[in-house]
Amino acid sequence: MELDFEKPLVEIEKKIGELEKSAQAPDAQFGPEIAELERKKTELAKEIYAKLTPWQIVQVARHPDRPLMVDYLGGMCSQFIELHGDRCFGDDPGVLGGLATFGDYRVVVIGHRKGKNVEENVKFNFGMANPEGYRKALRLMRLAEKYRLPVVSFIDTPGAYPGPEAEARGQAEAIARNLTEMSLLQTPIVVVVTGEGGSGGAIGIGVGDVVLMLANSIYSVISPEGCASILWRDGAKAPEAAAALRLTARDLLELDVVDEVIPEPPGGAHRNHEETISATQKSLLKHLKKLVHASTKKLVAARYEKYSRIGR
Amino acid sequence: MGWFTKSKKPVEALPPPEEELWIVCSSCKAHIFKQEWDKNLQVCPKCNFHEKLTCYERIHITLDEKTFREFNAEISTSDPIQFSDAAEAYKDKAEATKTKVGLKESVVTGSGKIKDITVTVAVMDFRFLGGSLGSGAGEKILLAADYALRHSRPYIVFSASGGARMHEGIISLMQMPKTCAGIARLHRAGIPYISVLTHPTTGGVSASYAMVGDLNIAEPGALIGFAGRRVIEQTIKQELPNGFQTAEYLLEHGFVDQIVHRKDMKDFLASVLRYWQRR
Repeated sequence: MELDFEKPLVEIEKKIGELEKSAQAPDAQFGPEIAELERKKTELAKEIYAKLTPWQIVQVARHPDRPLMVDYLGGMCSQFIELHGDRCFGDDPGVLGGLATFGDYRVVVIGHRKGKNVEENVKFNFGMANPEGYRKALRLMRLAEKYRLPVVSFIDTPGAYPGPEAEARGQAEAIARNLTEMSLLQTPIVVVVTGEGGSGGAIGIGVGDVVLMLANSIYSVISPEGCASILWRDGAKAPEAAAALRLTARDLLELDVVDEVIPEPPGGAHRNHEETISATQKSLLKHLKKLVHASTKKLVAARYEKYSRIGR
Repeated sequence: MGWFTKSKKPVEALPPPEEELWIVCSSCKAHIFKQEWDKNLQVCPKCNFHEKLTCYERIHITLDEKTFREFNAEISTSDPIQFSDAAEAYKDKAEATKTKVGLKESVVTGSGKIKDITVTVAVMDFRFLGGSLGSGAGEKILLAADYALRHSRPYIVFSASGGARMHEGIISLMQMPKTCAGIARLHRAGIPYISVLTHPTTGGVSASYAMVGDLNIAEPGALIGFAGRRVIEQTIKQELPNGFQTAEYLLEHGFVDQIVHRKDMKDFLASVLRYWQRR
């Protein structure tokens, strides 16, 4: 998928692709030309991405080629053992969780699961969790607490699933329970918003000692479309709502809601998974290192302070 | 609410309007003699609809007379993201609401007695920006929880809210974990926490402190749910049945302990509180 404002970038990428193809022919010497185009591409990408509007950032945050939780796990973990089910109703495919090894750390990971294509997205419900997803996450966090393992939570969801069955099974209760339990969980929690931080659906697994955001991710109380349709009475005013809501990583850092913004490569995470994942890993490891050495008592007290200060 | 239940009286050239004699139930549209309506605590005698109460009306019918002492009355709205929509700036909207409603936030908190048992209470008022959870409201609810914790007093929260206040953006979303952190400390300390869900309690309020009471008590017929009806209908492209997301529906699905009629609420709370006192 190509976003409007990326057109000049895509043009250069096409040219580079063509040259690379020709370069495979015998005697072809396109090396310097390709290098020059690559340099231009990086410059252009930096230039375009430095000037993105909030609404354009929303598009990047939702880009279908952005790395997903499975990509981060694949790139950062030497081991991942998936664990299923909430022990109560079922296994929510929209939430992924399990035991993982991150560098030197054994951790419990939880997060929203989006798909790479339509079939997968239908299967995973586009990363919109049901109550059993939040309850699965809580069960795994309890496991982490029992074994004194840090929790790493990956946020990437349009929101909690707004369906009649989700209501029947207590979507509100499931999220409320997680917020309450996570505030006193006796083990470190690191949260990283990788794409969309969609309201209650995001915070339902998003309470942490450290909250990180990828540079082009978003985090909002309501989707720009939802906000526009209520306050502008016109869903098409989403770009205005996106700007008014202050939902970009930079905004949230300024508002003291997140602790650090993880840089993305020029042209966004979808252009370079490897670099994105490596930057995320670096940041996660840095924070884990600090958190695992803190006393649990101090950690939990600091978590309370952190949240009680917001909006004071 | 029916637009004529609390009709604005014409302003000019008329003699002072008489006291309204009739109330129209906003649910069944029955005409009820005002005296009867008030005596019945604003519950429709025909259809049992529990009309929304203002926070001070709620305090009046719940707490023993002259026992309420308000906390943090000075805490008001703030404008953390300098929000403006097509129509107006949030700051102006909030100021206009304060003048109109006579409150500084969507919740009033304090201490008082229920049949001689001292409790800490938070009472939300739907008239104030739909009872939305803004940063001032979240702060008051947390501070009251903190007071209850320090003084070992039971905490009772009466909710009436459309959810998080989107005009305060991410800061309002963060009032959900913030208030829940306060409730979690009460749970850990063994301090009773009762959530009373009144019409309506939805969105970010239902998905935070309102749903994690030791007891979740609802008023009859109250709308309680996470997602809005219209959003769900758009998602599944079907109409939802009547009775969906009502207090009765939640009782049936295991999310509230009891549905208590408004006239019985004070007695109910007192008996639960007395039960706990015997520890």
